[in-house]
Amino acid sequence: MDFLSGLFSFLYQTGDAFAFLVLSACGLAVIFGMMGIINLAHGEFILCGAYVTTSAVRMGLPLPIAILVGTLVAGLVGMLLERVIIRHLYARPLDSIVVTWGISMIVTQGTLIILGSTMPGTGTPFGSFTVAGYGYSVYRFVLMLAAVATLAVLWLIFTRTRFGILARATIQVPHIAEALGVNTSLIYSLTFGLGAALAGLCGGLYAPTMTLVPTMGSAFVVEAFVTVVVGGADIFLGTAPAAAILAVVKAGLTSWQGQLAGQIGLLVAVIVVIRILPRGLTGFILRERT
Amino acid sequence: MPRGNKTTSVLKLLEGPQTLGKGPGFWSGCAVVLALACAYPLFADGYDVGNNVYFFNWVFMALGLSLIWGYGGALSFGQTAFFGVAGYAYGVFTINLGDAYGLTLVSLVAAVGLSALFAGVLGYFLFFGRISGVFLGIVTLSVTLVLERFMSQTAGPEWAIGSARLNGFNGMGGMPSLTIPWFGADIALYPDVGLYYLTLALLVVVYLALRMLVNSRFGNVLVAIRENPQRAEMLGYDIRRYQLVAFVIGSALAGLSGVLYTAWGNYITPSSMGMSAAALPVVWVAVGGRSDLTTTLFGTLLVLAGFQYLTIYGSQYALVVMGFLLVVTILLAPSGIFISLGSFFSRGLRRRQARESI
Repeated sequence: MDFLSGLFSFLYQTGDAFAFLVLSACGLAVIFGMMGIINLAHGEFILCGAYVTTSAVRMGLPLPIAILVGTLVAGLVGMLLERVIIRHLYARPLDSIVVTWGISMIVTQGTLIILGSTMPGTGTPFGSFTVAGYGYSVYRFVLMLAAVATLAVLWLIFTRTRFGILARATIQVPHIAEALGVNTSLIYSLTFGLGAALAGLCGGLYAPTMTLVPTMGSAFVVEAFVTVVVGGADIFLGTAPAAAILAVVKAGLTSWQGQLAGQIGLLVAVIVVIRILPRGLTGFILRERT
Repeated sequence: MPRGNKTTSVLKLLEGPQTLGKGPGFWSGCAVVLALACAYPLFADGYDVGNNVYFFNWVFMALGLSLIWGYGGALSFGQTAFFGVAGYAYGVFTINLGDAYGLTLVSLVAAVGLSALFAGVLGYFLFFGRISGVFLGIVTLSVTLVLERFMSQTAGPEWAIGSARLNGFNGMGGMPSLTIPWFGADIALYPDVGLYYLTLALLVVVYLALRMLVNSRFGNVLVAIRENPQRAEMLGYDIRRYQLVAFVIGSALAGLSGVLYTAWGNYITPSSMGMSAAALPVVWVAVGGRSDLTTTLFGTLLVLAGFQYLTIYGSQYALVVMGFLLVVTILLAPSGIFISLGSFFSRGLRRRQARESI
């Protein structure tokens, strides 16, 4: 019984870490996979999703709809940003990363100035249940389901819709796709919006569990970065398996030495992994396949 | 006289293809600027002079980033990690060793060495793992963010090295200033005229040494790698080694900044490794013009002065303005304000000459 409850606790923590890694990283991975740039304002899209969701809940909307609103707003902001700024820098990918950092500074500090140093949260819904004396939050299971559902929906989008097929064509050989009549600039715009919307979704989902402060984005970005670095360019061959592996590492270290050790261990693991697998898991799996 | 020849050939490296500015005009301009900088304490209050040493403290980190990013083409977003490591190391060493017998200077060297060692280990995994530009940036950024979070939770009394308490989020204080051993009485360099001249001298030495470095064979190879890594590799250069060395030198300079800052203010906090702290060096270097040491130097001082000015009139807006500055510079003047303005005016001049010749 003791062993079983310990196992349950470990599985719960692993699942929780997996959900966190998948949700915080998939928006970043979508944009990286498409354009080869890392959106350093990723944390600020998460912030946007969280703030909009919380405001919507305070205005009386039910939580699921509020999260949807947060996702949509973040996505629209992302598309706007792509149109106004990122678009001009496709020829200079490294510069576009630096620009997203500038945007991140403006948004973080702007939020602090306009909305103050904190925003009252909404409290975690659904309560908790107890297994062998330890309490577990039901909402964490909702988050795990949401992570799996997000991956499933993304898979459907990229394999079953017209947008997904055009997007994959654009990823593979942009100029040929363009020559075949794909409006690649629209595809880029939509993909950036999708990435931003996924960040907003992450923010909306985690909003009830966190303190809302203007710097909350940085609580997500380290995990998101390392997952994308280990994963590589592909969401399904890279991000998802990377999140699964890193979740085990993180949950193990967290239950052994505490939350910070989990984070440091994650980073060290990543630095060692990239020495062995420079192109991430995506590169590893694709090489095995060919 | 082979020795004389060697000296002149080393001095020749002060000018070259990788640095802007050459000939008597440039160097007399430099001499004038240096003379002005030397004369400044004569016309100002010792307290103000001591405060303005602050500006020089950061320039080392900016020059290091210029070497790594501008010359080497490797985005390192985590220079503040080395700044923080060296700053904390200086604090731990000096609090334990004290400031007698010139031990603060030993601590300075040891702290900078430690940050260089850290950069060497991290850089080995990154460059020998052949991490490309994007990933290098986010891994180094992650390192500095995790270090910040680690140092923030070291508040308890169990987090002490010797008699140095790390003090968590509030930061570590009470380390002695730099002290030069002297006959009779040691000279403690409090933020005053003495520290100003020492930092200025260090800055001149580092600036000139970096000019020689980037114009040497090493610098030329580094620029070749930035322009086209594959071509450089095909020509037989081990690009990993060159990039690693540039990374270590640049990071050691960030460490030097950290030590000077900590010794200057007798204080260092974890937020000096946080997200906005990490962004600022990128802003200075990008705005000034990252691909040249001189533009980086003046750009950094200019942006720092602007930042300071804004901080006086509304500190919260300063970071927003910095963000805007970064976005606008990258969009409109990718090679930095000085070079872009220069080419803008010279283009105008050429157009006018063309019109007049018609």
